[in-house]
Amino acid sequence: MASKTLYSQRDPMLKRDGFEDILEERRNSSDLKYALRCYAPVLYKGVTPCKANMLKNIVLQSDQLRYVINQVSQESGEAPDIIQEEASVILEEMAHRLQISTVRFFAFALSKAFKTLFQHVCVNEEGIQRLQQAIQEHPVVLLPSHRSYMDFLLMSYILYTYDLALPVIAAGMDFMGMKFVGEMLRMSGAFFIRRSFGGDKLYWAVFSEYVKTMLRNGFAPIEFFLEGTRSRTCKSLTPKLGLLNIVIEPFFKGEVFDVNLVPISISYERILEESLYARELLGVPKPKESTSGLLKARRILSEDYGSIHVYFGQPVSVRSLAQGKVNRSTYNLFPRHIPRKPMEETQSFVNDTAYRIVRLQEDNMVLKPWVLMASLLLQNLEGMELSVLTEQTVWLRGLALSYAAFLDWPDHAPTAKVVSSSLALHRGLACVSGGRVSLVVGEPLGPVTPEEALFNRAVSVLSCASYRNQVLHVFLRPAMLAVAMHTAASSKKSEWPGLYNCFSFLWDMFSNDFILCPGDTVQDFEEACYLLVKTGAVQMPQQDIVMTDIGQPTLSFFNGLLEPFLQGYQVVCRYLCEEASEGLTEKQYIPAVRSFAVKLILAGNLRCYEVLSSDMQKNALAALLRMDAVRKVKVADQVTLIVNKMAVNSIDDILGGKLPTQKALLARL
Amino acid sequence: DTVLAAATITMKLTSTVCFPRQEIMKWNGWGYSDSKFLFNKKGQAEFTGKRYRLSGMVLPSLQDWFENTFGASVNHKSPATPALNASAVPPASLNEAFVEDLKATGIPFSHEAEDRVFRAHGHCLHEIFALREGKKFERVPDMVVWPNCHSDVVKIVELACKHNVCLIPYGGGTSVTSALECPPEETRCIVSLDTSQMNRILWIDEKNLVAHVEAGIIGQDLERLLNESGYCTGHEPDSMEFSSLGGWVATRASGMKKNVYGNIEDLVIHIKVVTPRGVIEKSCQGPRMSTGPDIHHFILGSEGTLGVVTEVTMKIRPIPEYQKYGSVVFPNFEAGVACLREVAKQRCAPASIRLMDNEQFQFGHALKPQVSSIFTNFVEGLKKFYITKFKGFDPHQLVVATLLFEGDRERVLQHEKQVYDIAATFGGLAAGEDNGQRGYILTFVIAYLRDLGMDYYVVAESFETSVPWDRVLDLCRNVKERINRECKERGVQFQPLTSCRVTQTYDAGACVYFYFAFNYRGLADPVHTYERVEHAAREEILANGGSLSHHHGVGKLRKEWMKESISSLGVGMLQSVKDYVDPDNIFGNRNLL
Repeated sequence: MASKTLYSQRDPMLKRDGFEDILEERRNSSDLKYALRCYAPVLYKGVTPCKANMLKNIVLQSDQLRYVINQVSQESGEAPDIIQEEASVILEEMAHRLQISTVRFFAFALSKAFKTLFQHVCVNEEGIQRLQQAIQEHPVVLLPSHRSYMDFLLMSYILYTYDLALPVIAAGMDFMGMKFVGEMLRMSGAFFIRRSFGGDKLYWAVFSEYVKTMLRNGFAPIEFFLEGTRSRTCKSLTPKLGLLNIVIEPFFKGEVFDVNLVPISISYERILEESLYARELLGVPKPKESTSGLLKARRILSEDYGSIHVYFGQPVSVRSLAQGKVNRSTYNLFPRHIPRKPMEETQSFVNDTAYRIVRLQEDNMVLKPWVLMASLLLQNLEGMELSVLTEQTVWLRGLALSYAAFLDWPDHAPTAKVVSSSLALHRGLACVSGGRVSLVVGEPLGPVTPEEALFNRAVSVLSCASYRNQVLHVFLRPAMLAVAMHTAASSKKSEWPGLYNCFSFLWDMFSNDFILCPGDTVQDFEEACYLLVKTGAVQMPQQDIVMTDIGQPTLSFFNGLLEPFLQGYQVVCRYLCEEASEGLTEKQYIPAVRSFAVKLILAGNLRCYEVLSSDMQKNALAALLRMDAVRKVKVADQVTLIVNKMAVNSIDDILGGKLPTQKALLARL
Repeated sequence: DTVLAAATITMKLTSTVCFPRQEIMKWNGWGYSDSKFLFNKKGQAEFTGKRYRLSGMVLPSLQDWFENTFGASVNHKSPATPALNASAVPPASLNEAFVEDLKATGIPFSHEAEDRVFRAHGHCLHEIFALREGKKFERVPDMVVWPNCHSDVVKIVELACKHNVCLIPYGGGTSVTSALECPPEETRCIVSLDTSQMNRILWIDEKNLVAHVEAGIIGQDLERLLNESGYCTGHEPDSMEFSSLGGWVATRASGMKKNVYGNIEDLVIHIKVVTPRGVIEKSCQGPRMSTGPDIHHFILGSEGTLGVVTEVTMKIRPIPEYQKYGSVVFPNFEAGVACLREVAKQRCAPASIRLMDNEQFQFGHALKPQVSSIFTNFVEGLKKFYITKFKGFDPHQLVVATLLFEGDRERVLQHEKQVYDIAATFGGLAAGEDNGQRGYILTFVIAYLRDLGMDYYVVAESFETSVPWDRVLDLCRNVKERINRECKERGVQFQPLTSCRVTQTYDAGACVYFYFAFNYRGLADPVHTYERVEHAAREEILANGGSLSHHHGVGKLRKEWMKESISSLGVGMLQSVKDYVDPDNIFGNRNLL
């Protein structure tokens, strides 16, 4: 049943379910039979039976939509009929046409594809049972992590396999570019939303009413990606709140008794889009989704992508979460069909909930041994002895386990075997030669310029980083404390307040790069202390936090883990202070930082390739904007960045290990 | 010693005159002692006595319904303590000087345990449960006093002020808000002021159609006496057999036929109240005034915290020429609510219109008396067939609206047609007068049924709210669901019964009435469990846009939500009135604020 314990202290010894491989049966029985079998999922107990077409009528005739239509009509002077027609067109473009025959087609085709691509597709069946229960009790919202295009096909495939109600899925409009595939997806339950429709009242009204109608009627579970888009870095992205607001509102307005949010963690051993992402981050534009592009992807079919793990988390009851946090009776004094901006209390609740759900997704991400190896390799870019790598991987495994990582380590296999088979699966990223393991750098075609060589190397570093990134949520908090201790040690200040200040600075700085729940700084600091003490890396006599004799490897690993981020942010700061011209526009920012970094690397002054990632550049800028060190000013059609060089400079200093002496500085930041 | 002996004698003398209540009424349950439900030796339910239409009848389906609904069994009894255990009653702590002065006035009083206990409670579940279990009482009134008229009340209040005695007005004793409970922290002598002897109609003014009535009169007597002159007030709350006019004023009562006659605030023209500061009344009987905020509205709903209502001038109407019951069956609750909403919109509600949900519909059916003729049986069967098979209504979804029309015959028939036509547009089928009337009978016997339940490990209670039309369905669903959930979470072993009806309609909303009952076998403290669930249900009501109360009042049961309901400034306004009118908290029942 829905968990109430979301807000309780995180339990480092999380109890997790076991997995079943759903491909096993597919390998032993007919796919056709499977695709044609009787499909009779349990439904929500309060469901009003309803066809996809009736849904559209309900939406178009709803008080909510009628109100907005009249409003838009009054504002624009256009007749209501015309606006109504517009609404109907929007809905037509948006709505799904869930059809069981299409689903069966996908069931068949995906069975074939999955068996070729993957060794296993593992699902926690207890999670499926919990979900089945939840679907009957309350409207359910499925919230999977988003790392690949595969995600939502995979989700529907799994739900079909377990005879669960198929979800309707909010998908980005870009899929519509692929004509045939777009329609196929529509018939398998996808509905399409424009990427941005900021000011369009009518669009928003149609969209939100469409989603809410399906939720209230219990038509089907609603699925969307909290992160809004695929994470190119394998780090979870800062959640987007729009859709979450929409699905939670019916609860606040009393239209449904409760809504259950189900966090789902989809972990890929190898992501199909792996090198594509790295290139995209380096500035090669994202290929437009097209059917032919997808067909070219057939090449992909000849490769081994290891396993997928899908973990259905404990359903989270919005009602229990909101208990004592949101006073629902504040909704009593306003007609429910008139759209209104959520109240502050509600906004912060939804924001908080979004972060918690993403953290729950992170918690149940399955990590493969390669993730640990990649973390070590990135700290030894010049390569390392296989034996050393093996030894350190074993050490890191112990550390990860004691920090409650969800590690999928093969049972009873000798470590050397585990390491070598990981290397084999990821032979595109790392190779062994002469007993040394090092990153593979894309083979050059003909003569290459130094920039091209650098670019090739950056692709492999970023690809590798996307694996290391998967473990970051496990180590993040103690690692930030480790960095804070390192900084403090250099300025001989290890007592609490200074450490906490430093930790909280880093926490603030990195809160675009990592999932750090707003307002949790103190709790995260305590968790970091607890974990480091627990693993014996530090002791806490009275006011101090002191490294123990055995703490050295842990702390230095943690420092190394965050080093690329510290360095990357510093490069950005340096660029803004030293190079950025007056009138730097937002558009110019990324290419400019990139070429600044390229120069530094080529000159041998920088060894950090990760700063070339547009993701890091954006996050660093967002942090500086948040801290008011940079401001955005709109001049004509251009957004210009105004840099407060003093502030940026001092942030650079702190990142570089100079502990801020004046508290005033931090306060101002 | 002689003083005490004399006092005892006075009481003995007066008791036969003054205390008819305990003799004909139950001390630990609802209503008349001679009327109760029981399962006879054959396991069939019957209703004893001669007072009601159901009296003396066998109800063949009740046992099945009871056992199936609650998972109860007629073999598992939880009988009540047979008689009041006087040792469980704390001794009276009397204010001797007050008693002395009171005696001089000649107003009868008593400090017998039975009299005091009888007036120490209303009819909340926890109150009745405690009586049945023979639990020790924490605090009961120390004495009971029976004023005979307005000036007696003036004297009593003066003496109470003089000797700092706490007064708690007592009318019909049908409170369901813990309003009559004595505050345990009260250290002064508590005197229950029983208004039952002030029960006369003082005059009837046929020109203006008003009657001037003493506030202690109970509803059925008021109607009977007015009927003798060809009039009625038309104010018929479900408790009208026992509740008093003063009580209605003090709680802002609502009657079943308010659509024709209005609620109590619409019916009163003039109120006389005795307070510690003196008597409040208006100087004329103008039908409406613009003289600042209406002081009647400080009195209406004051719940005995400001003074005693002694006399009320009230509107009366000629007895209607014709009355007709009716009923409509709807395929589901949603359709029924939509229909009631439309009826309210067209402002054509009959004297009473109520929509019972499916659970209550089935409950009503369980109360059908044995049918004597085969023919009636056959007709019933045919009706059922028509509705469920021919019209395709799901027997587990269908709901019934009960109607009561009043007026001259022709108009009633016209009105009836209008309402049935509206109902038809919502899929409603006329289902006969009988079904309608049975619905209203249920109202009067439901409290007796609770006593039956308590004999077999079932506790039950009702509560109400008012809510805007657009939220009626959501509120009903969410409150029921909340109750079911809370019961499960609190270890109730059996599925509870949650049922509701839309019991009054207004232009802008409706009054919703809930019944809630469960089998408490296996629970250590059923009353506590019950109270927690009711508390949760009330929070759910408030979160869904429902009010704290439509007509039961606040009492002490719902005080905690007053601030939230009327704002702290609002509470402050009420408090300042209280502080002005009753600075020494003589009327210290601590209701409301």
